[in-house]
Amino acid sequence: MSTISRRRLITTGLATAAGVTGLGVAAKLARRYGLIPPDSGVLYGAGETLTYAAHRTVTRHSMAREFSPSEISKDPFANEVAPLGPEFQRLQQGAFSDWRLTVDGMAARPASFSLAELSSFPRSTQITFIACEEGWSYIAEWSGVPLSHILDRVGALPQVRYVVYRSFQPDWWESIDMVDALHPQTLLTLGMNGGELPVGFGGPLRLRVPRQLGYKSVKYITRLTLTDSLKGLGKGLGSASPEGGYAWYAGI
Amino acid sequence: MGVPAEFEMPGQTGARARAMPRTAERLRHSALVRVTHWLTALSFLALLVTGVEILISHPRFYWGETGNVNMHPLFTLHIPSSRDTVPTGYGYVLPDQNGWSRYLHFEAAWLAVLTGFVYLAFGFFNGHFRRNLIPARSQLSPKALARAIAGHLRFKRPGEEEAWSYNTLQRLTYLLVIFVLFPLIIWTGLAMSPAFEGAFPWAVIALGGRQSARTLHFFVSALLVLFLFVHIFMVWFAGFRRRMRAMITGRPGGDTTRSAAILAALKERP
Repeated sequence: MSTISRRRLITTGLATAAGVTGLGVAAKLARRYGLIPPDSGVLYGAGETLTYAAHRTVTRHSMAREFSPSEISKDPFANEVAPLGPEFQRLQQGAFSDWRLTVDGMAARPASFSLAELSSFPRSTQITFIACEEGWSYIAEWSGVPLSHILDRVGALPQVRYVVYRSFQPDWWESIDMVDALHPQTLLTLGMNGGELPVGFGGPLRLRVPRQLGYKSVKYITRLTLTDSLKGLGKGLGSASPEGGYAWYAGI
Repeated sequence: MGVPAEFEMPGQTGARARAMPRTAERLRHSALVRVTHWLTALSFLALLVTGVEILISHPRFYWGETGNVNMHPLFTLHIPSSRDTVPTGYGYVLPDQNGWSRYLHFEAAWLAVLTGFVYLAFGFFNGHFRRNLIPARSQLSPKALARAIAGHLRFKRPGEEEAWSYNTLQRLTYLLVIFVLFPLIIWTGLAMSPAFEGAFPWAVIALGGRQSARTLHFFVSALLVLFLFVHIFMVWFAGFRRRMRAMITGRPGGDTTRSAAILAALKERP
């Protein structure tokens, strides 16, 4: 019995050492290749980290599914938004001619764009679905400026790792990694179903991130901040969502 | 004839266990089956509770690619909702617990899937499925099946031999859960992930669309809950304490001399 327990002790010890070393190496590699989400430390962060790491390994370059014009939902649902207030009404009455999109942070040429300027940039159109975490969804045609074009235009520095985006509604702020920020389907959306983007659906400017749930497609975008770290922002969890209990990465 | 896996000795598996004289105590369930069973039970419970939480934020179901409150549902569960945007007919809105429910749902899903992989690898590698789950051909004859079903319908209490081996209906049910319902619940769940759909669109199209996947996810989970209730009832019916002890410690306990006699008889059986 004693020889068995000694053998067992040695093998268990070796296995534990290998396991701990393996985990350490894995954690280091995962950090290096951007496989750890900013909310990895929350109560259920382990599962979230596995999901994010798996997606960034397997679905990094995949495209959101596109649909045919006949599949566009005739009855899209705008979802409710908190009252936008008198300042928004003033902007709306002026046909949003005073609306500005500010781009700051780690950019060689920080800039501020009007909607007219944004409209003059190269445009991209896609027919994709938007799905709410509650379970409902609809398909629409979205058109706008790829976020990657804006990043090019302002001269995003090579060390940028996240794009933080803020809404006219101060409680809404989100961020995405560069995989999604540079993804060709990530759009600063100005139009929907052939017309202007209605206010209910996020007009005049919504960031569409079609490979993630609807809560990452924030409405009424006013500011983009390019950063290499999310630590100093809010509670350091990456965006308002994890502060409200929701996962930062919503690709599921 | 080798010693079946249910007669495995503690700390020994495979050829060595077979070569050993049968002096050591036999285990009803191997350690791996017991550990994976309880990890699956834990994750299933978490998935069920959080799944219900997520469901009540939109207790309406659709068929096809899309669905929302402006569209006609396939069917509606007549329960209150945790969101005021859903017309339920109830004058109140339930507390919204989706945030942690979603976090935990996906964490528990990882636990269930990883446990499932370990269990599958073990089951194929060491013959657990072949020995303990796949019924003998003779058990599948219409006559034998009819007798097994009739016995269940008459609520005939299982005999001692069933403390050491699964009966036919039990084997078929476990095979259905392991190889049909679990893969389906994972597939329909993944089909709701927008990133997964981008990478593997055919996996969503094959189910009839994202909302169809959601509806199927609900039906499959209902079947799994039905299985859970019947499973717990059968454990209680067959003798709760012994069956629980067997799944926790591996040893059913009870009348050991009688057990030994039946085991000897089982071993003689061709």
